[in-house]
Amino acid sequence: MTHNVSLLIVDDEESVRDSLYNWFIEDGFEVACAENAKKALSMLEAGHFDIILADIKMPGMDGMEMHRRIRTLDPDAIVIIMTAFASVETAVQALKDGAFDYITKPFDPDDLSHLIRNAARQVEMKSENEVLKSRIVSLENIEDIVGNSPEMMKVLKDVESVSQSNSSVIITGESGTGKELIARAIHSNSSRKFFPLVTVHCGALSEDLLESELFGHEKGAFTGAMFNRKGRFEIADGGTIFLDEIGTISGKMQIELLRVLESKQFVRVGGNKEIHSDFRVICATNRDLKKMVDEKAFREDLYYRLNVVNISIPPLRERAGDIQLLVDYFIKKYCNSMSRDLITIEPAALKRMEQYDFPGNVRELENMIERAIVIGNGKEIRLKDLPISTSVPVSSAESLQELEKNHIQQILDKLDWNISRSAKLLKVDRVTLYNKIKKYNLKKDKEK
Amino acid sequence: MDKQQILLISFGQFEQDLLQQIAAEVQAVFGIPVEVESGYADLSKFYDPARRQYDGNLLIQFIHSEYGADHRKTIGLFRVDLFIPILTYIIGQAIYKGNAGVVSVFRLKSELYGLKKDDDLLFDRFVKEIIHELGHTFGLTHCISPACVMRPSTYIEDVDQKEAAFCAKCRKKLGETR
Repeated sequence: MTHNVSLLIVDDEESVRDSLYNWFIEDGFEVACAENAKKALSMLEAGHFDIILADIKMPGMDGMEMHRRIRTLDPDAIVIIMTAFASVETAVQALKDGAFDYITKPFDPDDLSHLIRNAARQVEMKSENEVLKSRIVSLENIEDIVGNSPEMMKVLKDVESVSQSNSSVIITGESGTGKELIARAIHSNSSRKFFPLVTVHCGALSEDLLESELFGHEKGAFTGAMFNRKGRFEIADGGTIFLDEIGTISGKMQIELLRVLESKQFVRVGGNKEIHSDFRVICATNRDLKKMVDEKAFREDLYYRLNVVNISIPPLRERAGDIQLLVDYFIKKYCNSMSRDLITIEPAALKRMEQYDFPGNVRELENMIERAIVIGNGKEIRLKDLPISTSVPVSSAESLQELEKNHIQQILDKLDWNISRSAKLLKVDRVTLYNKIKKYNLKKDKEK
Repeated sequence: MDKQQILLISFGQFEQDLLQQIAAEVQAVFGIPVEVESGYADLSKFYDPARRQYDGNLLIQFIHSEYGADHRKTIGLFRVDLFIPILTYIIGQAIYKGNAGVVSVFRLKSELYGLKKDDDLLFDRFVKEIIHELGHTFGLTHCISPACVMRPSTYIEDVDQKEAAFCAKCRKKLGETR
């Protein structure tokens, strides 16, 4: 029962100090003693104690006065008042002043054990809570967004500056560019980080379901509503609500949403009580909302209410320079999660990825790396481990000969220079393939 | 005197056979020789008439000054009700990492709780508390393992729930401290 909890015993009676000292040492606490309030306060100025057990009657400054001073000196310390003269008034006063508890001498050993165990548990839970909070902060760190291209640097700068405000944000970008990750980064770098980030995928829900999901419902509001249920806006109180695919919501929901955003008040479906919630809105869409407004498919007032800050995430094909960083990041991520040794990527495979236009953006690249690690040889990611067509986008300046040379080289690389299989795939005989290799001076990747 | 030794010194009437059995049990747990002696002391000096109990702190000091220098670990065995100023009662107490301790059978008797006298159970409880206090003198703190003898026991039910043996963690620590 070794605790990392420190305890200070303050009592003018030496026998009491010694008894308690021995008792708590056996429980594994770090224990110190002071014979009066003055000494205790000077010890508290020099260092922190988690729990202070203070006698109420002491010559000079009494325990109650000392407790008040401790509150200003170290508000985190847990103070337990002990006395030989129990009275309801002093007990109430001690608790009003913020004492953890009050105990009358002599103590029943079991009462004392319970009291200290509870106090120690509170100390341990508090420190555990702080550790967990710091872990949450590091979990969604802005550094987890990979990329050092100028386009991504601008996004990161926007995230950093917008995090400090309470303004609504719209994140735009193609599917798979990492809009939710950006929303998480904004939330976890804001002052709301210790409150929930609630995500709603608007596109996945019908109008009725979305209404019930966002605002909650009362028991009996509709068939199947067997219990009262809190809505996402209510759950997000103090935190952030992330509305993904905002461009898909119906006209009716747009009106409802606008009203909630303006008043921060709403009524559960089937209810009549106004509920207030303090939330920040972050939306994301892969549609052109401005165009939708022009086409009257999206309300202009809602658009301007949401579009206070716009963060646009560039598609991966526009930041090919980030591909190597992303590849390294996902290799590390998946090798760690699969408990495998870190692998590399062969240059030809990386080159091919940099030429690929990634219509599915980072999500597609991530899946590609995960798949390659699963099916690969455990040492490196090869071109043939990638589910990308071997054909390279054709440059109009490329001659017919260049095209043929590149095509043969890729087929040979993909099939590990297996001449028979490559010839079969190219629909030529082996001799012709040998001649072409000789003509174009083609070599295995390692020999280049 | 051999420093690697435990001395159990009894005050009050204890059957010699019982004390020898206790010594054998304690020796089996610690693996070092255990001696038993009868002690003589004027217990009235340790009596608090206001509480009608005997001061455990003063008794430990007495054991320490009278016997502590001769033997490595000495536990005084008593039949009287013990207290320390801050607690209503104690079953036993020892100097942490020291060489003296006290244990009383008074609060271990089933009769005190309105139950039938049970000598076997009393023996088990007494052995557990002696091992527990000796554990403290060897530097062991309280343990959360339910069956470990170092689990704190303020009620008699707590004593019955644990065993007269150390858990693996405490045994390891005991090996390191000795």
